[in-house]
Amino acid sequence: MERTNTGVPNEKMLMWAFIGSECMLFASLIATYLTYRGRSLVGPYPEDLLNIPFITVTTFVLLMSSLTMVLALSAVQRGDARGSRVFLLLTAVLGIIFVGGQAIEFSHFAGEGLGLSRNLFSSTFFLTTGFHGAHVTVGVIWLLSLWVLTMRGRLGPESSVKVEVAGLYWHFVDVVWIVLFTVIYLMSGS
Amino acid sequence: MATIEAAVPDQGRGASTYAGGVWSWITTVDHKRIGILYFVSGLVFFLVGGVEAMLMRLQLAAPGNTLLDPATYNQLFTMHGLTMILLAVMPIGAGFFNYLVPLQIGARDVAFPRLNALSYWLFLFGALLLNSSFLFGGAPQAGWFAYANLTSSQYSPGHGMDFYILGLALAGTGSIVAALNFIVTILNLRAPGLSLMRVPLFTWMTLVVSFQIILAFPPFTIAIVFLLFDRMFGTLFFEPLGGGDPILWQHLFWIFGHPEVYIVVLPAFGIISEVIPTFSRKPLFGYPVVVYSGVLIGFLGFGVWAHHMFSVGLGPLANSVFAGLTMLIAIPTGVKIFHWIATMWGGAIRFRTAMLFAVGLIVMFTIGGLTGVMHASPPADLQQTDTYFVVAHLHYVLFGGTMLGLFSGMYYWFPKVTGRFLDERLGKAHFWLTFIGINLTFFPMHFAGLHGMPRRTYTYPAGLGFEGYNLTSTVGAGITLLAVLVFLYNLVRSLRSGERAGASPWGGATLEWSTSSPPPVHNFDWTPQVRSRDPLWHDGVELPAAEEEIHMPNPSYWPVVVAAGALTLAAGALIGLPVVLLGVAVMVGGIYGWAFEPIHG
Repeated sequence: MERTNTGVPNEKMLMWAFIGSECMLFASLIATYLTYRGRSLVGPYPEDLLNIPFITVTTFVLLMSSLTMVLALSAVQRGDARGSRVFLLLTAVLGIIFVGGQAIEFSHFAGEGLGLSRNLFSSTFFLTTGFHGAHVTVGVIWLLSLWVLTMRGRLGPESSVKVEVAGLYWHFVDVVWIVLFTVIYLMSGS
Repeated sequence: MATIEAAVPDQGRGASTYAGGVWSWITTVDHKRIGILYFVSGLVFFLVGGVEAMLMRLQLAAPGNTLLDPATYNQLFTMHGLTMILLAVMPIGAGFFNYLVPLQIGARDVAFPRLNALSYWLFLFGALLLNSSFLFGGAPQAGWFAYANLTSSQYSPGHGMDFYILGLALAGTGSIVAALNFIVTILNLRAPGLSLMRVPLFTWMTLVVSFQIILAFPPFTIAIVFLLFDRMFGTLFFEPLGGGDPILWQHLFWIFGHPEVYIVVLPAFGIISEVIPTFSRKPLFGYPVVVYSGVLIGFLGFGVWAHHMFSVGLGPLANSVFAGLTMLIAIPTGVKIFHWIATMWGGAIRFRTAMLFAVGLIVMFTIGGLTGVMHASPPADLQQTDTYFVVAHLHYVLFGGTMLGLFSGMYYWFPKVTGRFLDERLGKAHFWLTFIGINLTFFPMHFAGLHGMPRRTYTYPAGLGFEGYNLTSTVGAGITLLAVLVFLYNLVRSLRSGERAGASPWGGATLEWSTSSPPPVHNFDWTPQVRSRDPLWHDGVELPAAEEEIHMPNPSYWPVVVAAGALTLAAGALIGLPVVLLGVAVMVGGIYGWAFEPIHG
C-alpha cells in the first residue's frame, strides 16, 4: 500500500468523492420527483399501481445484500477463499433478484397503460427508479467480476481494497433505495 | 542533511526521456503531456469561439446589417457561449491543473494517471461532437443556457439540441472524472511536510474547483437526460401541455451554471495569487484568509443560482434571499482583491508581462464585480436583464477576469513547460492591445444595455442611439483579435527561438521551480521535504539521505478506447441502436482491458 497524506487509500477516497457527486445526481432526481408529485394530468396515478407489499419484499432482499456484502469483505480480508466466493456471489444474486423485481414491476405498469410518456408520474418514476436500477446493474456486474477473480484465486487479503471500494458503492446504492422507497412508495398514499 | 536555500534547484538533472510520435501522445498518461494536450485543445477552441464572436460583432457593426441571417446568428451566440466557457476556458484551466498540481505538491504524477487521460479524451470527443453539429444540419440555437421549452422537438427541430445534449454529456463526464482525480491527488499525494495550509494557492483553488465540479455537474447531467428523454421518448419533464414545468430546467441549469462561473474564475484567482507574490518579491499577504475566502466563494456559489431567474417571478421572499446571498459573495471576493493589492504594497514590483496581466485582472474583475453587485438587486436586475448591460458584466469577469488570469499564467509558466521565455516585447504588446481592445469592446455595452438594447438579437434599427456603441465595440473586438494574433505569433516564435530559461527564471517560491525546465518525466529526482509555506524562499527544502526508486506508470491505450466507446455510444443515439450497442461493447471491453492491464495506476 502506498503512503498517502490522509492514510485513506487513493481508491477509497476516489469512491467517497464519487459518492458525493452521485448524491447530487440522485438529489436532482428526487427533487424532481417530489416537485411533480400529484401533478399528473391523466391516470394511471401512483396509488392505482404501486404494489407496496411486493416492493417491500425486494427492498428487504436488497438490504440483505448489504449484509452479505459486509460478510464478503470480511471473508476477503481474513483470506477466507470459500467465504469470499460464497458471499460475493450471494450479494450479486440478491442484486439480480432486486433488478428482476423491478423488471416485473415495470412491465406490469406498462401493461396497465403507464407508458414512459403517459404522464408526469410515469416520466419521473421510470427515470428515477431506472437510474437506480442501472446503478444496481453496474454493481452486479462489478461483483460478478470480483467473484470471477476469487474463483481464480486472484483476490487475497492484499487486494481487499478492491472489494472494500465495491462495497462502498454497493452500500451507497442501497441507501439511495431506502430514500426512494420512502419517497415513492411509502409516501404515495397522501 | 543538506538544505537548499533561496532557490538553488538541484532536481531533474537527467534528460527527459519521452518517446516521440503521435502514438506516444495518444497513449500518454503523463500529467505534463496531458496538460499540454488540454492547453492546445483549449487554445484552438478559444480561436473558434473568437471567430464566432468576431462574426457577431461584424453583423452588429451597423444597424440593419444583413451579413448574418437570424438563424445563423442564433447558432453563433449559442456556440460562442458554450465554446468559450466549456471548451476553451475550462480546458485551458485544466491544462494548468494537470501540468502544475503534481509539480506544486511535490508528486510524480496524479493519483490515477489513466483516469486523467480518459478525462482528456472524453472532453475532446465531446467538444468535437458538439461542434460537428455545424456539419450535420446546424448547431444548437437556444443559447448556452438552453431554456425549456425552446429546446423541445417542436421549437428546436433538427438535431442541434441533440448534439448539445450528447456533446456536453461526454465533456461533462470528463470534467467530473478529472475533478475526482484531482481531489484525491491534492488530498493524498502531497510531499512530506506540505500540510494543506502550506499548499500553493493555485493548488488550493484547484481543490475548491474540483469539489464544485463534482457537485455542480450532476444536476446538469440530470437536466440534459430529462431533455433527451423529452425529445426522443416523449416524456413530459419540460412539457407544459402535460403538466411539466419549464422553470424546472432553469433551476437545474443554474444550480450547475452559477457554480460554473466560479469554476472558471477561481483557477485564474489561483494563478495570480502565485504571480503577484513572485513579481512583488513578497509572500502572499494573509495566505490563510485568501484560502478561506476562496473556499467561501466556492461554498456560497451554490446558494445564488436563482439570481439568474429574478425575472421569472419566484416571489419576493426567494428573490430577497438570493439577492442577499449574491451580495454576500462580494465580501470574500473583495477580500481577495485587497489581499492582492496588499501583497504588492511595499514590494519590489517587476512589471513583466505575467504581472501586467495579473494586475489587469484585478482592475477588470473589480469593474465586473461592481456591475455584478448592481444586478444582484432584483429591481435593478429587472431593468438590466436580457440587455447588453449583462453582456458587459459577464465579459468583464470572464475575459477581464478569467482570460487575463490565464494569460498571466501562460507567461509565468511557459518557461517551466518549454525551457524558453515568451518574448517580453511581444508580450507587452499583447497585454496592451488586449487591455485596450476588451475595454473598447465591452465598456460601451454597459450604455447600450442601459439604453435598452436587448441581447441575443441579430440586428437593431437605426435611430435608437445604438450605432456608436456598437461600432466602438466592433472596433474593440478587432483590436482584441489583433492581440490574440500577436500572442499566437509570440507562442510559435518563442517555442522555436525564445530566450533559454533556467529552472527558476522568476525566482518563484513554490516547488515547481525546484526542478529543471522542462521537468523530467518523473518531475523530481528526490521527493522534497517541505518546511514552510514558501519552500524556496524560507527554510528551504531538505535533501533526503538515501536514493529513491522511481516507478512511473506505462503508457496505455485503454483510456482512448473507453472514450471512443463513449463517443460511439453518444453518436449512436443519433444514428441507431446497432451503433449504441457497438459503443457499449467497446466501452465495456475497454474497461475490462483497463482493469486487467498489468501496470500501476
